[in-house]
Amino acid sequence: MVSPLLQVSRLTTRLGGEGQPVRVVDGVDLEIRKGETFALLGESGCGKSMLALSLMRLLPPSGRIVGGSVRLGDTDLLALPEGAMRRVRGGRMAMIFQEPQTSLNPVLTVGQQIAEAVRLHDGTTRRQVRERVQGLLQAVGIPEPARRVDEYPHQLSGGMKQRVMIAMALAGDPELLIADEPTTALDVTIQAQVLRLLKGLQRETGMAVLLITHDLGVVAETADRLAVMYAGQIVETATSAGFFADPAHPYSRRLMDSLPSPEKRAGRLAVIPGRVPPLDRPFTGCRFADRCHRVMDRCREIEPGWHQPSASQGVRCLLWAEGRPESDVPATGAAAGLVRIAAEPSRQPLVLRVDGLQVHFPIHRGVFRRVVGQVRAVDGIDLELYAGRTLALVGESGCGKTTAGKGLLQLIRPTAGVVRYGGVDLAGLKGRALRRQRKDLQIIFQDPFASMNPRMLVGDIVGEGLQALGLEPNRARRRARVAELLGQVGMSAEAADRYPHEFSGGQRQRICIARALAVEPRVIVCDEPTSALDVSVQAQILNLLKRLQDELGLAYLFITHNISVVSYLAHEVAVMYLGRIVERGTVDEVLDDPKHPYTRALLSAVPVVDKDKRREIIRLEGDMPSPSSPPEGCHFHPRCPEGIAECRQAYPPPTRLSETRSVRCLRVSA
Amino acid sequence: MSALRHGLPAGLLLLWLLAALVAPVLPLAPDRIDLTAILAPPGHGSLLGNDDLGRPVLDRLLAGARTSLLVGLGVVTVSLVIGVLVGGVAGLAGGWLDLVLVRLIDVFLAFPGILLAIALAGILGPGIDNLIIALAAVGWVGYARLVRAQVLSLKRRDHVAAARALGAGPARLLFRHLLPLALAPVLVEATFGVAAAVIAEAGLSFLGLGVQPPQASWGSMIRDGAAYLLVAPHLVLAPGVAVLLVVLSVNLLGDRLRDRIDVRSRP
Repeated sequence: MVSPLLQVSRLTTRLGGEGQPVRVVDGVDLEIRKGETFALLGESGCGKSMLALSLMRLLPPSGRIVGGSVRLGDTDLLALPEGAMRRVRGGRMAMIFQEPQTSLNPVLTVGQQIAEAVRLHDGTTRRQVRERVQGLLQAVGIPEPARRVDEYPHQLSGGMKQRVMIAMALAGDPELLIADEPTTALDVTIQAQVLRLLKGLQRETGMAVLLITHDLGVVAETADRLAVMYAGQIVETATSAGFFADPAHPYSRRLMDSLPSPEKRAGRLAVIPGRVPPLDRPFTGCRFADRCHRVMDRCREIEPGWHQPSASQGVRCLLWAEGRPESDVPATGAAAGLVRIAAEPSRQPLVLRVDGLQVHFPIHRGVFRRVVGQVRAVDGIDLELYAGRTLALVGESGCGKTTAGKGLLQLIRPTAGVVRYGGVDLAGLKGRALRRQRKDLQIIFQDPFASMNPRMLVGDIVGEGLQALGLEPNRARRRARVAELLGQVGMSAEAADRYPHEFSGGQRQRICIARALAVEPRVIVCDEPTSALDVSVQAQILNLLKRLQDELGLAYLFITHNISVVSYLAHEVAVMYLGRIVERGTVDEVLDDPKHPYTRALLSAVPVVDKDKRREIIRLEGDMPSPSSPPEGCHFHPRCPEGIAECRQAYPPPTRLSETRSVRCLRVSA
Repeated sequence: MSALRHGLPAGLLLLWLLAALVAPVLPLAPDRIDLTAILAPPGHGSLLGNDDLGRPVLDRLLAGARTSLLVGLGVVTVSLVIGVLVGGVAGLAGGWLDLVLVRLIDVFLAFPGILLAIALAGILGPGIDNLIIALAAVGWVGYARLVRAQVLSLKRRDHVAAARALGAGPARLLFRHLLPLALAPVLVEATFGVAAAVIAEAGLSFLGLGVQPPQASWGSMIRDGAAYLLVAPHLVLAPGVAVLLVVLSVNLLGDRLRDRIDVRSRP
């Protein structure tokens, strides 16, 4: 066996002062071989990023490596003086980060920033540097590198910026590239482009990649081997194939079970209760014990050692102490199989109907703020919401789905269109008349941190609607109702007397749901309610939303880019591209047999865990155009792999395929 | 350290308040002219010496505290109320109302503040109440600008959208969801405002537009004493140090207040 490229043993990193040091990385061992992709998987707060920063010796000022060793080839990185370490960084070992927006300097051109990296690692002449920079841009698949060299970061899209970051990382011909959530901030089609690029570069240069991510799908599609990290420790290592076939640690198993998928539609998703324990106190026994569904008394007393279920797999769990444990009971009895969503119009009553909704934002220019154009964020969409059903509005960032949701609620005034609810057109209402209608239509936001007033007590936040609309003027009765609502979303009544910042992301999202429920709405717009949360917490929130829908007959407009959530929760799907709905139908119709080329490309780009379900990725060229100047004709034709000349002429009319299904594409015929 | 940071400024302000409140009932003689004690240095008989007309500086200092307090707090309170309301309404309403209010603010900002105050005080006539009106008339614009900017950035936040979706009216949005969050920097600004008002009062009083002689105020004491700076520095030092201590205390407490009202920094 060849010696590993990177060997980490007993690495321990602490953050904070002597008083209460936080052991963010606690005795980690790992090996990365030449040319492989090694994934580090885990929820937020498990120490993944801190491990990566420890390897680069780029810890924040309060962080210290207190033990262990890191060897890159024959070099002991922890023993190197800082000067020598600087040559290793960006040279033999490079790193890319999650946020390409903030990782680039906005006042330097892209070329200057890459040139800096090039010059640091091989001091060549100006001309050579420029050639090398263009070569790098070419290598990361940026079209017209000669022109792009002189552009500034703000002129590039998010995907392009991440490519520039990769180009900078490649400048020193690294042996190891550490990628910390490199695609988390990107859309799926762009994510597919970037992952594919990384794979290709790896094949050409033979570098190894340490991929840090929380996305099981991305791991399944790209990694050769992986390690699962929990509370500062590695709890399982395995080959990618072995792991996804049979995860050994209960934590890994539960993570997989908590992923939403169509098969789990009938039941509830598995959840991991509680949260990652704080790392500032010593542990006795297994760190996962408090959240584990298979916990034994021993787990709380003995710290589990490494056991080997198979030659390539290692697990830190007492269940494996006496060989293979009997297999796991299915988490929730959810394996009841696929529930088909009928391809006929819903028999539930229609609650809300949107016709030709348009939201345009004027663009002002010049001294007199003349209107020089319109951003057509939403450009004529029709939707129907039925009681007890979920309509998912799917699309990539910038397609106008959030604006559509806010326009529907009249939080942004639509430019045109009708929102018919209970016999009234909401778009025509103003002031008091509109406020009276508000109680029936509620919204839950993506960011549970920003969507609550930090100065208000949770009890006042939840009771806000009752008070604002004068539904429950009596203080004591309002308190009782708030307690009841908190119970309904699985929180204790004591939460009412605390402030939002005292709660975790998942708990805050529950509070937001309770706030929306307080006014007994019939429609809830869920704007990416789980995309800021970890997988296990996402499962809790999805379960809650599903239960509430069953109990209260709520209609959801579920705005998301996460296809697996759609497949689990939605009944109908509408796919949006540049302000218009390009395809709609029941969830089975659209997800199983997408007709529009954009839907096909979008679905193919979603990374999936299950090998059998993987499809050939349809590559889309370029990025979504700006909604201020959408392409003539079909908005999708410049990127469409199936475009024909007629596509440029006019926007295709809807083609009805079944009672529930329509597609706006000339290539699809009924 | 914490006693020095919180106890001392609080104690000083308390002393200021106390002086302002009880000065009228104390056996003070701020206006008694004693020609034998002109410019007498601090010593026995009078703790802080006597001024150019032989009046006891300590007595005048205590009597002047009342004027400074009235002007300092009065001006800031009036400016703050007007500024926060105008700025809040402009930021929340947007559209033509915002445009009109912003232009109004711009017009006020275009004038040199103290000149406008002099003009106003001249029209209104001398007296403390008119002085407060004149200084507040130019003081509110700064707060209005600050609050409007805060509200503009805050109103895009999701919690405001959520409140609107729950049917909250504009007043509720402004007073519960926007102003409490916008107020932290405004309060810090206001503590500086107290200091500026005490000093502005001195300027106007010097021009004869503020308190009328022989009534004492810290500002007028500094102005009057400035002429004798070389021969009798205590005339300027005593009220000067008083202003310094008060302003410093208000600023320190302002910082503390900001930390207090932010629930996130509470343990």
